[in-house]
Amino acid sequence: MSDQQFEPKIVGFLCNWCSYRAADLAGTARIPYAQNVRIIRVMCSGRVDPTFVLMALSQGADGVLIAGCHPGECHYIEQNYKAMRRYELLMHALRPFGIEPERVRLVWASAAEGQQLAEAIDKMVADIRKLGPLKWQDNWNENGERLEALEAIAKEHQEAMEVCSHGH
Amino acid sequence: MATEKGKLAIYWAASCGGCEISLLAINEKILEVDKAFDIVMWPCAADGKVHDIEKMADKSIDVCLFNGGIRTSEQEYMARLLRAKSKVLVAFGSCAGEGCIPGLGNVSNREEMFELNYLKCPGLDNPKGVVPQTETEVPEGKLHLPLFYDTLKTLDQTVEVDYFLPGCPPEADRIWDAIVAILEGKLPPAHSVIGENSTVCDSCKRVRSEKKIKSFKRTWQIIPDPEQCLLEQGLLCCGPATRAGCGALCPEVNSPCIGCYGPTDGVHDFGARLMSAVASVIDSQDPDEIRRIIEEGIPDPIGTFYRFSLAKSLLRRSRQNGHHATPATQEATL
Ligand code: SF4
Ligand code: SF4
Ligand code: FES
Repeated sequence: MSDQQFEPKIVGFLCNWCSYRAADLAGTARIPYAQNVRIIRVMCSGRVDPTFVLMALSQGADGVLIAGCHPGECHYIEQNYKAMRRYELLMHALRPFGIEPERVRLVWASAAEGQQLAEAIDKMVADIRKLGPLKWQDNWNENGERLEALEAIAKEHQEAMEVCSHGH
Repeated sequence: MATEKGKLAIYWAASCGGCEISLLAINEKILEVDKAFDIVMWPCAADGKVHDIEKMADKSIDVCLFNGGIRTSEQEYMARLLRAKSKVLVAFGSCAGEGCIPGLGNVSNREEMFELNYLKCPGLDNPKGVVPQTETEVPEGKLHLPLFYDTLKTLDQTVEVDYFLPGCPPEADRIWDAIVAILEGKLPPAHSVIGENSTVCDSCKRVRSEKKIKSFKRTWQIIPDPEQCLLEQGLLCCGPATRAGCGALCPEVNSPCIGCYGPTDGVHDFGARLMSAVASVIDSQDPDEIRRIIEEGIPDPIGTFYRFSLAKSLLRRSRQNGHHATPATQEATL
């Protein structure tokens, strides 16, 4: 596959009260934007646990978008500030894992900001397209001939046992 | 009499040996263990040969306490062997359960580790640049060394595990509780942790006042107040994310919990759980200030959030530059 054909898979956690509606608005207003985000509606950006992001990245997502109400406008008062702090902590932790910051984004978009959300998504898709697929689980592949190495041990032990029993 | 005794195996893989000591820390109760079980294998303290285990019928060992993570093919072989021969396999201690300190090697890989340890480490005397190979020809024939893996796996990422006993190392009293539970057949549901399901904070006597902080402190930077919660004094205490069982030993002596008992039930990722808790104490609503507080105060995020649980975390390891060629699907076949 050539780079041109790479369509990033992005999981998007969108707040019910603002960004989810912004995405809706972008849809109904026919604002064109990249179709790479699988949207999951959450009640608030503060609901997004770092676990959700790690789960997505480890299971095949190329990026994760978190979108919520602008600071000061969260329907649960301060939960988007919590989202902000969690996000910064998570980004700090993801760096030494080798995950580029472009892959995980936090954006604020009110229900009226369909255009802004569409632009943020387009930008994110373009950035990740440049980075290429994440394919996280490929990192878990083992060096060398693991199965051969395991079989070799079993075979050696078998031979050793035969030598032992000949001795008796 | 001997016929009534059960069979017990104790084994170690990628670990420090501390779990073996912790088992002996049950003191004279080890005699009770001896009364109930014949120890068929315990490389650290008793005899018992691999080929004797290989000759046994499947499921003929009643209990196997397995400590250590899986870093080499030989350790994987032993994990598979002991799994097949044991009725109950217990992941004993943090290394078997979560990878622990040996699992922190997952920020690196074999090539980098060999290069550092055999070629670059100051004080080495290796002029010929000899690096371990899995096969060597000698006049008597071929000698084999186990294959060293890029990624340390936990025991349950390798074989099916019946129970987990957390801790680095597990506390002697908790070990004894587990042995009694096994002897009396009063075990929790399969695949669960034998232990408590509250947090270290729940058993910590320090006073919490919902105080927030403007900076994190390293342990050498302050002498903490002995009464107040350490996290609220800026020390990154893992108590909120860590399973109880130790009696909050570390905060008790003015030292933050570093998370050795691992997460509570149902948590997919210890680090993520801890990040959530830590995010709540940062006293700022300004992204730049938040970033500064975090970057200045937490210089080693993997060592802080995943000290014991990197191998078991959702990501398991850091990214490798060149992905390896073996397809991931091969993992499941043997
Ligand atoms: S954060 Fe640490 S010091 Fe504070 S209550 Fe929890 S265990 Fe105790
Ligand atoms: S306080 Fe934390 S680090 Fe210390 S023994 Fe208990 S669980 Fe382990
Ligand atoms: S309700 Fe939208 S971010 Fe909290």
